[in-house]
Amino acid sequence: MTAAWIAVLGTAAGCYLLKLAGLTVPQRVLASPRVRRFAELVPVALLAALSAVQTATSGHSIALDPARLGGMAAALLALLLRAPFLVVIVAAAGTAAALHALGVT
Amino acid sequence: MPARSVAESVQPRAKSNQPRPVRDGVGLGLAVGVSGLAFGAAAVSSGLTVWQACALSLLAFTGASQFALAGVIASGGSLLAGAASALLLGSRNTLYGLRLAGVLRPRGPVRLFAALGVIDETTAVALAQPDPVSARKGFWATFCCIYLTWNITTLAGALGAGRIGSPEAFGLDVVGPAAFLALIWPRLKAGRTERLVAVGGAAIALCTTQVLPIGVPVILAAVAALAAALARPTGQQKDAA
Repeated sequence: MTAAWIAVLGTAAGCYLLKLAGLTVPQRVLASPRVRRFAELVPVALLAALSAVQTATSGHSIALDPARLGGMAAALLALLLRAPFLVVIVAAAGTAAALHALGVT
Repeated sequence: MPARSVAESVQPRAKSNQPRPVRDGVGLGLAVGVSGLAFGAAAVSSGLTVWQACALSLLAFTGASQFALAGVIASGGSLLAGAASALLLGSRNTLYGLRLAGVLRPRGPVRLFAALGVIDETTAVALAQPDPVSARKGFWATFCCIYLTWNITTLAGALGAGRIGSPEAFGLDVVGPAAFLALIWPRLKAGRTERLVAVGGAAIALCTTQVLPIGVPVILAAVAALAAALARPTGQQKDAA
């Protein structure tokens, strides 16, 4: 089994057990407002970080690729215009692909 | 999976007294499940195989975590860092499970199966229903519909991206980051704390990229959430979205 499969199956097992734990443990265990608030905010922090890292870095360095930045600007514009999820994705990918094709790098 | 469509589909219904759990669930399932296309494409572009992408959708079945694993791998991070990011993101499902346990009251083998379906969307639909019977119907309808569409579209997206030579030529390298932005967008509009946490998390990750192993800065971004939770634990109480 390759390392990638171990990561995939380990992630799957972990995600499943996290869900099952919620249905299984007594209600009061995680009832603290701090824990609840942390769980609400973790996705915001991590997804913002992932988005920033994938947009503006390459390996260990900051890398500002115009095609990628343009794609993200298109995504932002689509979100401001209240576009649905898939329209946002297509706008981002389409803009980045067009800039890439035009040789903007 | 996009929380925006959760809010748009569920909130208007919650205001009316007529419970329509199955319609809510199926409508949401069709709308959200399609974004599996984006996950399949992002996963294969990151270097995972088609079957690894499908295994994640079948077994992990929680969109943000799946995108995170693929995203960290795509940026050259270790598999361990990718899995850790995915599990941190998956921890919110534990809280959803706590909320749902009292409504669903699943027993024995049913609980083992129901657990797989504890995600943003099923929680949103179930908790928007006025009574436990509707809540259970809404949970199962949403779960079944999203599970089917999410897995079919993951396969389609993965197969489609796999036939493309250079992901950049089709802009597939921005599918992940754009999806993340779209996923947190409803929360960014929800409050100032959310916006500060997002900016803080992104800043922490970018500032530490040059010195920490790839993938670790993203995990470290959770510090922004921790700081906000400790400073203002009450915040606004929102159910699922």
